[in-house]
Amino acid sequence: MTSKDANLILEISDLHASVEGQKILKGVNLKIHAGEIHAIMGRNGSGKSTLSKVIAGHPSYKVNSGSIKYLNKNLIDIEPEERARLGVFLGFQYPVEIPGVSNLEFLRVATNARRQNRGEDELDTFEFEDLVHERIKLVQMNPSFLERSVNEGFSGGEKKRNEILQMALLEPTLAILDETDSGLDIDALRVIASGVKQLAQPDTATILITHYQRLLNEITPDYVHVMSEGKILHTGRKELAIELEKSGYDWLNNSKDLMEEN
Amino acid sequence: MTSQTPVNELVSKPYKYGFITDIETEKISKGLNEDVIRLISNKKQEPKFLLDFRLRAYQQWLKMKEPNWANLGYPKLDYQEIIYYAAPKQQEQKKSLDEVDPALLETFEKLGIPLSEQKRLSNVAVDAVFDSVSIATTYKEKLAEHGVVFCSISEAVTNYPDLISNYLGSVVPINDNFFAALNSAVFSDGSFVYIPKGVDCPMELSSYFRINSGDAGQFERTLIVAEENSSVSYLEGCTAPMFDTNTLHAAVVELVALDNASIKYSTVQNWYSGNEKGIGGIYNFVTKRGQCKGKKSKISWSQVETGSAITWKYPSCILQGEGSVGEFYSVALTNNLQKADTGTKMIHVGANTRSTIVSKGISAGHSSNSYRGLVQMGPKAYGSRNYSQCDSMLIGDNAEANTFPYIRSQQPSSQIEHEASTCRISENQLFYLQSRGINFEEAVSMMVSGFCRDVFNQLPMEFAAEADKLLALKLEGSVG
Repeated sequence: MTSKDANLILEISDLHASVEGQKILKGVNLKIHAGEIHAIMGRNGSGKSTLSKVIAGHPSYKVNSGSIKYLNKNLIDIEPEERARLGVFLGFQYPVEIPGVSNLEFLRVATNARRQNRGEDELDTFEFEDLVHERIKLVQMNPSFLERSVNEGFSGGEKKRNEILQMALLEPTLAILDETDSGLDIDALRVIASGVKQLAQPDTATILITHYQRLLNEITPDYVHVMSEGKILHTGRKELAIELEKSGYDWLNNSKDLMEEN
Repeated sequence: MTSQTPVNELVSKPYKYGFITDIETEKISKGLNEDVIRLISNKKQEPKFLLDFRLRAYQQWLKMKEPNWANLGYPKLDYQEIIYYAAPKQQEQKKSLDEVDPALLETFEKLGIPLSEQKRLSNVAVDAVFDSVSIATTYKEKLAEHGVVFCSISEAVTNYPDLISNYLGSVVPINDNFFAALNSAVFSDGSFVYIPKGVDCPMELSSYFRINSGDAGQFERTLIVAEENSSVSYLEGCTAPMFDTNTLHAAVVELVALDNASIKYSTVQNWYSGNEKGIGGIYNFVTKRGQCKGKKSKISWSQVETGSAITWKYPSCILQGEGSVGEFYSVALTNNLQKADTGTKMIHVGANTRSTIVSKGISAGHSSNSYRGLVQMGPKAYGSRNYSQCDSMLIGDNAEANTFPYIRSQQPSSQIEHEASTCRISENQLFYLQSRGINFEEAVSMMVSGFCRDVFNQLPMEFAAEADKLLALKLEGSVG
């Protein structure tokens, strides 16, 4: 075991998973260490979003075989809320609207659940308001969105800002951002990218799931993986993403000179 | 909502009020006939006018049929198998709480309603009703200083016969419906409130109804009269032990508000609802009606209905006085095999009357939950308005939600608005909350209380918190 493995945050081995009886993941292998930013790219239906939901523990996705180790714990046996408390964070591609539940209250309950797990004191309403007003600057979100119901009637951009605000409050060890860049104009993209960069710490890891190079212009990944048909087909450095943008995914299927190097 | 533990604690105790108090009870033999009614009346040493009232009601009841129009469906009740009077054995006429059987005091303390001088709830006066009798009423003297009468209805019959004979049956006539007629014939006890002219009742009034006997029906009767320019807020709570037989509860509540008077009536109903297979539980057939008799009077009903195997209940307002206001705020939650058919009637008689209906139905498990409401604009209800909002929330795939709005307008200058919606707690919403570290039960309870917020905001503060917890508790294991 190399010294680097001591910093291992996530290790996925030969992961097979299905949804509604349909096999989507067909043997995913992935290792992520502290301080790393990984990008996962691929066509629609290649399994990227499924992978993120399986890691977060969505009940509709069934793990058929393989393992997901997070900080040496077997994630598959752990309830989704417990995964979140342990520091796994999924930024949703389509954040869900929850009418009637105050965004502020939701953020506070979530933050306190995570704090409890870390042995920190619960924040009362006032302490939490201070914290949230500090963190909200990171995503340049209008504080009036705190008073509304969770994501209800938010624009696409506001929903994504709200996701990154949650990330800023929960301080995850592993953040998976599923197409956080989709539906954003360039200004919003820059704000969110800068927020994500600031939240990435030497002891945390980030997975960016994206279709496009443009997010990766803002956040430079350490590794780029390309998924196809439920597997990670290729792994490279940031140049791989640039090449993909230029030549499209078809180019990969014909190319043999890119070898897995992770 | 601040931490995980209270919810977990709550959900691990499905019905914490299900205990039975072991106390010697005086019961009459089951069945109903004129002799039984005379016996009840005699036990309560009632004046003749009341016995006549009962007998007239009984005669009417004999001619009536049990209603079957509600979306309920339950096995036919055998009214000769029910005991119509059950009371804890104790010496007659308690002078003070010290004389009340300690087992009874302990029962109410276990229910969170301490009655003793030291522990009683501050600023809430309580009338505690156990099976067929009222066992204690707190803060009576303090209220009397303001001229407010708050006592059991039996006591009122003795002490205020004129008020009783004037108002009893004036809002809900003895032949109003099958269950009201039955109640009028055999009602045992309940609360009486009288607020004199110009008095704002200095504290919340509350009745707590406890059914203890499995085979006895409970037929309580409540009457509240608010004179001109007076106001009162009244709360009602109900629990019962877990029996595997069904117990009948048929209550009548009448409210009368004179000029500029305001009555706020809140209920948290948590009768035993039967187990997850639908065995046992209370059959709750209740007639509640308020008469806004005076100009600019106001009657507001808020209810949180979570218990009972069967609920049949339509707290209503007759808006007679010009400019009077009626409100109905309801949360009805059904789980397992519970069935509820509940709603309201807003009868606009006078000009410029207003009514608001906000109904939130939550159906989980295999339950069925129906809103049934009537808005009627009479020929003289010039310029009157109604706004109704009926929302249903479905939890799981096997529950049923229905809305039956009835609208009748005989006055073209009146306005009626009706909005309705149905939603479902989706797996994706739950997963979203869970993926932020919020556990399953708390996620459901957050969404449900968010859904009910418009109604909870109308409840007195202590009740709102209680209602929130109660819903969380009731939904245990209902999702997924």
